[in-house]
Amino acid sequence: MTATIENAPIESPRSAAPVRRHRRFNIEKWGWIYMRASGVVLVVLIFGHLFVNLVSGNGVRAIDFGFVGGKLAQPFWQWWDVSMLWLALIHGANGMRTIVNDYASNRLVRNVFKGALVAAVVILILLGTLVVFTFNPCPAGSPADLLPSFCPVQ
Amino acid sequence: MSAAPTTDSAKKHPDIPLPKVPRGTLYRGREGMWSWVLHRITGVAIFFFLLVHILDTSLVRVSPQAYNAVINEYKTPIMGLGEAALVAAIGFHALNGLRIILIDFWSVGPKRQRLMFWIVIALWVILMAGFLPRQLMTIGAEFAGA
Repeated sequence: MTATIENAPIESPRSAAPVRRHRRFNIEKWGWIYMRASGVVLVVLIFGHLFVNLVSGNGVRAIDFGFVGGKLAQPFWQWWDVSMLWLALIHGANGMRTIVNDYASNRLVRNVFKGALVAAVVILILLGTLVVFTFNPCPAGSPADLLPSFCPVQ
Repeated sequence: MSAAPTTDSAKKHPDIPLPKVPRGTLYRGREGMWSWVLHRITGVAIFFFLLVHILDTSLVRVSPQAYNAVINEYKTPIMGLGEAALVAAIGFHALNGLRIILIDFWSVGPKRQRLMFWIVIALWVILMAGFLPRQLMTIGAEFAGA
């Protein structure tokens, strides 16, 4: 008998609650668009980053303060790295948010995880951006053999 | 009255057997589900690496000695294998991400999603075939202490 009731035609209107049709700003939609837009840009930025740092020259063995200092002294690599920082961290945190929503069924646990994600993103974006734009490739008093070759002799 | 709508359509088309499991979904079983599983696992792994990587790179602001001390850890053979795993994860996540975009925006994307999964795997194998020998050279040179 329950099947009969379930399959019985429901008279119009079928829903008592009004359906919201015209939301002005749908944040989930923009999150969805962001994942795709940032994803395409990140493919280029990260593959470029991996090639320069892991494949060309001596690979990861070439990386030291002199190498990174030499790169980050140029506006091109500053903006490359800052773009990667912002796009990748927000992309990653939004993906983690999806996973938290999927698996954390307890409301409190979910909010704690999402709070931790927001804190990590804000702190690391501020830290990374400040580091890229305020760091000195030729710090005073450092041994010359650790510095980029363009640093003046101290 | 007790008949479900699906059985109604089966009565109209008796030649078409009803599927025993739901069909036509991207996310249940086979390539669609496994690409989703791998996308999640690689995504989480890359996220946690990214957190650490921002912190270690931030040491350039502290001192050349502090940065070099930490970055030297990345040059050990065990971390060299870790970098190979990282590139493998990023390569899959990137290629499968492009596949997801094609499923969403290309008119025949959903129809071709299985084929595109195997294209993703093929491109990933080519990528790794290019990168792994390079990385093994780096690890080998580190062992030799050159």
